[in-house]
Amino acid sequence: MISRLTVLLSLVAWLAAGAAGHAAAAPAASPEVAAALTDLTGDDADKREAAVTVIGQTRDPKWIQFLSALRDGSVYARTRAGQTELVVGGSKATKGDQDVIDISAAYDRASLGTVPLTDLKEVPADRRLRLAIKPFLDADETQAQLADPDAAVRRGAAVKLGNQAVATAAPVVEDALKKESDRWVRHALAEALALIHLANGTPAQRASAARSLGDLHSESAVPALQRLVTDSTASPAERGAAMHAIRGIERWGLLTRTVETLFQGASLGSILLLMALGLAVVFGLMGVINMAHGELMALGAYATFVVQNWFRAAWPAHFDSYFLVALPVSFLVAAAVGLVLERGVIRLLYGRPLETLLLTWGASLIIQQGLRLWFGAANVDVSSPSWLSGGVPVMVGLTLPYNRVFIIGLAAVSVAAMYWLLFRTSAGLRIRAVTQNRAMSSCLGVRAGVVDATTFAFGAGLAGLAGCALTQIGNVGPSLGQNYIVDSFMVVVTGGVGKLAGTILASAGLGSLTKGIEPALGAVFGKVAILVGVILFLQRRPAGLFATRGRNAEA
Amino acid sequence: MPKRETVALGIGAIVVAVVLPLCNMLPAGSPLAISNFTLNLFGKFLTYAILALGLDLLWGYAGVLSLGHGVFFGLGAYAMGMHLMLEIGSKSVYQSSLPDFMVWNQVTVLPLFWRPFHSTAFTLAAIVLVPALFGFAFGYLAFRSRIRGVYFSIITQALALSAWLVFNRNEMNLGGTNGLADFKTVFGFPLHQPSTQRGLYVVTALTLIGAYLLCRWITLTRAGKVLVAIRDSETRVLFSGYSPAAYKLFVFVVSAALAGAAGALYAPQVGIITPAKIGVLPSIEMIVWVAAGGRGTLYGAVLGAFGVNWIQSWLTTSYPDLWLLFLGGLFMSAVLFFPDGVVGAIGRLGGRVRRLVSRRSDRAVSTPSVSLGRPMP
Repeated sequence: MISRLTVLLSLVAWLAAGAAGHAAAAPAASPEVAAALTDLTGDDADKREAAVTVIGQTRDPKWIQFLSALRDGSVYARTRAGQTELVVGGSKATKGDQDVIDISAAYDRASLGTVPLTDLKEVPADRRLRLAIKPFLDADETQAQLADPDAAVRRGAAVKLGNQAVATAAPVVEDALKKESDRWVRHALAEALALIHLANGTPAQRASAARSLGDLHSESAVPALQRLVTDSTASPAERGAAMHAIRGIERWGLLTRTVETLFQGASLGSILLLMALGLAVVFGLMGVINMAHGELMALGAYATFVVQNWFRAAWPAHFDSYFLVALPVSFLVAAAVGLVLERGVIRLLYGRPLETLLLTWGASLIIQQGLRLWFGAANVDVSSPSWLSGGVPVMVGLTLPYNRVFIIGLAAVSVAAMYWLLFRTSAGLRIRAVTQNRAMSSCLGVRAGVVDATTFAFGAGLAGLAGCALTQIGNVGPSLGQNYIVDSFMVVVTGGVGKLAGTILASAGLGSLTKGIEPALGAVFGKVAILVGVILFLQRRPAGLFATRGRNAEA
Repeated sequence: MPKRETVALGIGAIVVAVVLPLCNMLPAGSPLAISNFTLNLFGKFLTYAILALGLDLLWGYAGVLSLGHGVFFGLGAYAMGMHLMLEIGSKSVYQSSLPDFMVWNQVTVLPLFWRPFHSTAFTLAAIVLVPALFGFAFGYLAFRSRIRGVYFSIITQALALSAWLVFNRNEMNLGGTNGLADFKTVFGFPLHQPSTQRGLYVVTALTLIGAYLLCRWITLTRAGKVLVAIRDSETRVLFSGYSPAAYKLFVFVVSAALAGAAGALYAPQVGIITPAKIGVLPSIEMIVWVAAGGRGTLYGAVLGAFGVNWIQSWLTTSYPDLWLLFLGGLFMSAVLFFPDGVVGAIGRLGGRVRRLVSRRSDRAVSTPSVSLGRPMP
């Protein structure tokens, strides 16, 4: 595959450079190249640099390989029959008392035998020369990447070529486009080709390139198109095409941004939902506002960190699957701490919500400081498993990161599990019974204490799960929980107590509202606006979106 | 006011407002001398005590737990700080008539809302009225829609978070993260002189005494009785024809004004006010002063503010890692073991000792029983 492409590339490069194709001839050098090779052996730094440019601009892969050898310091000059000739040095050996080296021809690397090292003079590659060589090698590498088996690499190479917009790359891109089957790489290649034509083509080519860029919704082409619009030498047809294209691209950009905002809103909403689910159920059941919920989340995140380190130390081969283990582990760790908290202290304070609020705040400070003392105050590094990095391209100019998609999925699964637990199991029946009327449920034989403990542990476990998920998109530090806790309380307050639907709707609403007004107001004032919005909303519905209706005057 | 409290208050007032400043004026070598640093530290604690009084009135009596009083404290402190910044004039580092941070931020004209703070009278009014008006607006919306209990606490916490975020922004022209600092004079008196600091201390002590009398007076009036009734059963108060929202709003505004006054006294004594004093953590720390000292007593709040902050200034210098653990433990133990604070614990202990001594079991324990949470429906 690679070799076929190399042949192809060399063919294309020849055509582009206009060089005659006598591949077999030993020093296949046009007069300019021959002169450049002579210059290289000289001492004039300017001439040497110009020589590199001449050789590089042939775009001949063999000459590019020669430049690579030159950069590595393995090009030598030897004088034979009064003429200076450049050769590429291979492996060295010691024969008798002299060092010898295998040499090959500069262009086609035909072996020229083994000669004593003393017969050769190294052609030095100083920093300036290496800098001059680098762009040619890079361009060559990018073009080679167009044949990479990984579609993402091919796409990246196409984008790069488009940005460089070098005329000689056009045939390469065209050729790759013919063979490409992946939709997104095709798109990038077509975009690159149009960009190249836009920069270097004839007026007709430029007009058609502008039209096709408009059809491709190419966001990155807008500056070039704008230059074309203001270019006084351009024909009206070109300018019209460019203007039309810009308008089309901008309309498309508006659409992608809207979809992106919706997605980000959904993503933030799912995080809030993961956090608020546990909070809301516990609050509905016991009237306990768990201020330590954020710290339980931090515990889940640190549990993920620890599991990751285990895997890295013990099973580096299965590192990617650490996250699958971390999910249940973080749930269990947070649930265990939650259980201890509930049985240990919160149990003693039922019916005194303000006191439990302060108590759990105290617990949160202790957990937070404990994490800080144990793991250090700095953020720890949790790396994503490879299957969560990258993203799925859904439309031009919009790629949805896998980690965010995963979080949305996790939130959906958690909600489904919660519904199943609450409405399809007998444990859920008991939870709902105690939520509605604690005293009556106790009278009917529901062990309210057990229900409380398991529900609290479950809510804490959900927080741990949320923490585990958060490691994939944010920093993991001791104060991780503080960043989200107030927001998730707002979700609980807005959603109302005791109704899952309220929590879901409130987190989705607050999430998308936050992301929706952030571009206009900025993150800080957006948050303030949300708070004002929530307070005003509570004017209409003091008990949240879905208040449980009843005859209780306290409700 | 009970006679015992009057006597204790009188003695406390004389010690705090007269004896301590006099001790500060003694030459440094004498055994009773109090250093300038210590007096300044006490002055800071006294400002906290003023704020704690307002919180106790709100939480201990009316049963409304606000987790956002740092905002009102900050409003008062920033109002005072703005006046002090303007008083610096062109003696600042950049010799501009604008505060230094505005020079850094390329602000060339004094923002409109800064201008009235040139006036001393306006500033003195603003340090009370700005927090009070803000408290009124916020409290009106919150209490009118019957947001109460933990709902109210959470909303106030969100308020503290938002205010902290907003005050951190440079475009608010309030100094951003660095806040207002580097004050030179207060109403013309140079701040670096011990006599000015002593004067500020005395003013703070007098304000505290005045605030105490005000709060005590409120609790002794009929309104005070209604507040306690709201705490114990808001629904019954409502059904008896009172408007709990109006009473709660009143006491919320009073406590906001007291917090603002405390902040205004804090700024010149400490010499800096930053958004770090406004956020969620400082706001909830204020609650623990009241909880640890003893709710619903007023003097408990004063003692708590003094005691907790004394421990804090000792721990944060000697064992900085332990402070948050201690604070967390204090929260938990104050709720679990001392529901009526140190004052209540001492009262109970005293009652037990008295019972042991007199062997008369019919004599009631003198401390009132304080149950703050409403029973769950």
